[in-house]
Amino acid sequence: MTTFDTVHDDIIAPGRGHGAGRRLSLPLLIRRLPPGLALSWLVLAIAFLWAVAPSLFTSYNPLEGVGGEQLRRPDASHLLGTDALGRDLYARIVYGAVHSLTGAFVAVALGLVIGTGLGVVAGSVRRRVDDAIMRLVDVLLSIPPLLLSLSIIILLGFGTVNAAIAVGLTSVAGFARLARSEVVRVRRSDYVEAAFGSGGTFTSVLRRHVLPNSLTSVLAIAALHFGSAVLQISTLGFLGYGAPPPTPEWGLLIAEGRNYISTAWWLTTAPGVIVVLVVLAANRVSQSFGKVPA
Amino acid sequence: MNSSITPYPPVLEIENLSISYNDGVAHRRVVHDVSFRIEPGEVVALVGESGSGKTTTAQSIIGLLSANGRIEGGNIKLNGTDISRWSDRQLDTVRGAKISLVPQDPASSLNPVKTIGAQVGEILRIHGAASGRDVEPQVISLLERVGLSEPALRARQYPHELSGGMRQRVLIAIAIALKPQLIIADEPTSALDVTVQKRILDLIDELRTEYGTSVLLVTHDLGVAADRADRLVVLQGGRIQELGATKVVLAAPRSAYTRQLIVDAPSFSAVARKAPATAREKPVPSDDDVVIVEGLVQDFVRSDGDGKSFRAVDGLSFRVRRGTTHSIVGESGSGKTTTIRAIVGFQKPTAGSIEIDGTDLSQLRGETLRQFRRKIQLVYQNPYGSLDPRQAVFDIVAEPLLNFGRLARPAREEKVRAILNRVGLPEAALSRRPHALSGGQRQRVAIARALVLDPDVVVLDEAVSALDVTVQARILDLLDELQRDLGLTYLFVSHDLAVVRQISDTISVLKDGRLVDGGTVEDVFERPGSDYTRELINAIPGQKRAALV
Amino acid sequence: MSGYLLNRLGQALFVLWAAFTISFVLLQAMPGDAVLIKFQNPELGLNPQQIADIRASYAADSAIWVQYLQTIGRFLTGNFGYSVQAGVPVSTMLAAHLPATLKLASLGFILAAVFAVAIAFVSSLTPFAWLRGAIQSVPSLFISIPTFWLGIMLIQIFSFRLKLVPVINPGPWQELILPVITLAVPIAAPLAQVLVRNIDDVLTRPFVAVARAKGATRHWVLWRHVAKNALLPTLTIAGVLFGELIAGAVVTETVFGLNGIGGLTERAVGSQDAAVLQAIVVLSALAFVIINLIVDLLFPVLDPRLRTKAGATA
Repeated sequence: MTTFDTVHDDIIAPGRGHGAGRRLSLPLLIRRLPPGLALSWLVLAIAFLWAVAPSLFTSYNPLEGVGGEQLRRPDASHLLGTDALGRDLYARIVYGAVHSLTGAFVAVALGLVIGTGLGVVAGSVRRRVDDAIMRLVDVLLSIPPLLLSLSIIILLGFGTVNAAIAVGLTSVAGFARLARSEVVRVRRSDYVEAAFGSGGTFTSVLRRHVLPNSLTSVLAIAALHFGSAVLQISTLGFLGYGAPPPTPEWGLLIAEGRNYISTAWWLTTAPGVIVVLVVLAANRVSQSFGKVPA
Repeated sequence: MNSSITPYPPVLEIENLSISYNDGVAHRRVVHDVSFRIEPGEVVALVGESGSGKTTTAQSIIGLLSANGRIEGGNIKLNGTDISRWSDRQLDTVRGAKISLVPQDPASSLNPVKTIGAQVGEILRIHGAASGRDVEPQVISLLERVGLSEPALRARQYPHELSGGMRQRVLIAIAIALKPQLIIADEPTSALDVTVQKRILDLIDELRTEYGTSVLLVTHDLGVAADRADRLVVLQGGRIQELGATKVVLAAPRSAYTRQLIVDAPSFSAVARKAPATAREKPVPSDDDVVIVEGLVQDFVRSDGDGKSFRAVDGLSFRVRRGTTHSIVGESGSGKTTTIRAIVGFQKPTAGSIEIDGTDLSQLRGETLRQFRRKIQLVYQNPYGSLDPRQAVFDIVAEPLLNFGRLARPAREEKVRAILNRVGLPEAALSRRPHALSGGQRQRVAIARALVLDPDVVVLDEAVSALDVTVQARILDLLDELQRDLGLTYLFVSHDLAVVRQISDTISVLKDGRLVDGGTVEDVFERPGSDYTRELINAIPGQKRAALV
Repeated sequence: MSGYLLNRLGQALFVLWAAFTISFVLLQAMPGDAVLIKFQNPELGLNPQQIADIRASYAADSAIWVQYLQTIGRFLTGNFGYSVQAGVPVSTMLAAHLPATLKLASLGFILAAVFAVAIAFVSSLTPFAWLRGAIQSVPSLFISIPTFWLGIMLIQIFSFRLKLVPVINPGPWQELILPVITLAVPIAAPLAQVLVRNIDDVLTRPFVAVARAKGATRHWVLWRHVAKNALLPTLTIAGVLFGELIAGAVVTETVFGLNGIGGLTERAVGSQDAAVLQAIVVLSALAFVIINLIVDLLFPVLDPRLRTKAGATA
């Protein structure tokens, strides 16, 4: 008789969990992928490959121009045209990926590690430490991010790495706040209480339940921050505080193209479109990582 | 009652209704060929468990299926006119005026930022029944009609200033404002305490008689349906299992499913599910009290910051004998949850003592408290929240063993398998995550986790309240079986007196943190010691049927 | 209530003080200071003694904590020090640059609010799923566009291709059209995202179904029930939007060559003019704190649930 509801439940269960218990095979997973998401992964993969092995994608030198080839419109030999020094724009964009992407990666990693660390500590320890950390977070949040990163740049000086650090530090407060609220939410759940109730110690419950459940949404937000870090780093590059010329960093490319805005539209348009595509893709992928809390 | 020979057309006639939802991949049909009718002034109950399609059917009548739902076929005739394919614009003239709705959850069914008066007056304005200065007096008389004290004050208040029962009265006032022909009451009382539930159902009955309105009562509770409905429509998996006059269906159910429902409905079985502790094979020694609570007091500091404290439990004492089931009964705010949280050691009592199997809880701290937890285990109300969504069933059940680390890996695995088998879970469930299990299966996992440490006492906090009756009945069977085989002591917390009556040996009735009644099941139910207990017992639904059969 | 107010004010003052301290540490501890950058220039022909004198006159050589206390004292009296580069009081510079930024920011914010509300409400009223999807994806696109690039593209398209907005000698309003649009986009995006999410969330609440069951039309429900419930929580992102506004102003003014606080910020960083940047940082923190204070005090006025505490029981 005790198996009745198991049987009975199995009639209802298919509506609740699709393919429950079975792992989805990779081909099936790809076929189920919404087209927009598949495209986003593709964009990110290409950008990643540009950063890792740019020479696979172009034979032009990104730093040395070819005489007589200045300001060529996009055509078959120069996919995205050339700049005022005759350098191939496509090659410059491909070689620039490494600067923009590592910058964004360093920034996110910095914010994620420091911010999440602070947030997890604040969420799991005594009231007084929690209060102190969260007050600090309030203060960091009160300074507009761009001004904060500009202040840090003044302190550290210009450059790719310094720009990345400046951007990363501005996201520490956001990560800390999110991580703390997630830890607090999970700590209040019945299953954490149940884990203590069945004899769990503070560290075992933290390790088995609190961290895995609270860090999922933190990681989803990290992916979202990757997109915004690409934007912020290109902004700093555009303002001239990032990598120095002739580095083909994407923001700097756009800044250089500005001088030819009336004659060579492709110099500003193409790198901007690339930035938009990468950021869109990163945001789309982060969305798919689960429900992103506000 | 002989509605079939009245010359009027039925208020509502549903013919071969089929409804499907688009789940993103395909249209999945959830209501199949449902047909029934409601005559003028009649109460028809749509009875079913979760997933039966009862709410979907009700929503389709009033044209409020969610965006991914669609009517696949069939007709919905209101006074003989098919409205199933009407546009929103056409339906707007019917909704509120001819068909109205009493929703399920009064807490979230009123707009939090508008006054009660504005929300009741709104239905009059929409249909042009009143405007300008005429609205307010009508609103106040409606609020008075549904039994709200100080109606003029209530009209100026916001929903959060009213209790759940009061809010449901407001929603009923909205539903009857334009004297509709049909009221759809979708689980109108399932979110309310039992005594409030009875008063609300009485009010709906009274208004129906007064206005001659028909009622479609959607409910999971066969007891409520039996008390209130002229006819029953029993749904399962989107199909009608049985349809007929209430008396006939209850007395001579034709479908196996209806029979199962009647057997499992706790409010129908006056007899105890289990044998009393004294009549079992291994009689319980009469002086072995495993739980002793003396003068328990629990104060909380109010959260609104004025520093005053509020007493949740006030001088509670009771004892539980080894191997028996003691139930703590009360409505929301009675202090029953607070009491058990103190007993399992999650909070320190303000005063009084708790002794579990000879251990005084007040002496325990840190490691000794952790070791103590082996003796007493808690099963939560909500099996969706009490299992870590990222753990597989095996890991959930093995975790307590890891915490006390006494078993080697093979022995541990064997023990987990044995206990899962014991609670009736198939081997295949071992590797599943909680989301892939049904509610009943999850609660079995939670019970297995509680039992794996071989505790003396298991505390069940509304542990079957969230489950469908047929599932609930199986879990209760399982608990009974485990108690007999393992000699467990249960501390069972519930608001549902029908269930409590079936499974308890002794009972404590709590009201506002105080013990108002206590003793053996027979004592409390046959000779209640307080008016409150009597009111609680009278509020148990399904008593009309008990009188009939 | 007054206790709450005092507590909240105390918090605000603490945040301001801490923001000042952080900015001071970041900006005064920097290696190359502005005095050296300006006066070491060999063309000026100053000898080291003269440079040291100038440094002393800017109090750049006293101990760091003395500078800290002096700076706090000065800030409290509204004296933000001298800009080394421009050689004029920072407060004079701010006063000269503020009107342009205020004009740009307020217009940009209004346009952003219009954008966001239009996106959110049009998308929830449209009966076509595809149109709804298309409108709702606009904010994610907006949020992915670099602001400076958007400004450049607008100039390229409207000024150079279509020749709708003159680049040379534009009128006082013509000059603002493209910057305002540029600034509005990054502010409209998060606002619209929050609004869309809130509206979707409110639409699933049971009281909406109850209102529909009363016979209310979709429009009626949207304006009379959903709108206020969905708009209230957007107040909480006011501070975030302010940050976007500042960042947007810096970039927009740089791209369009406008003479506001944003442009001033960009030049201050370029010349490492710490005094100017610190004044801007502290003033933004002040604005942020005031905005959040207003929001916190406004909430109980707008939301009846926060006005009265204890509910009736019956």
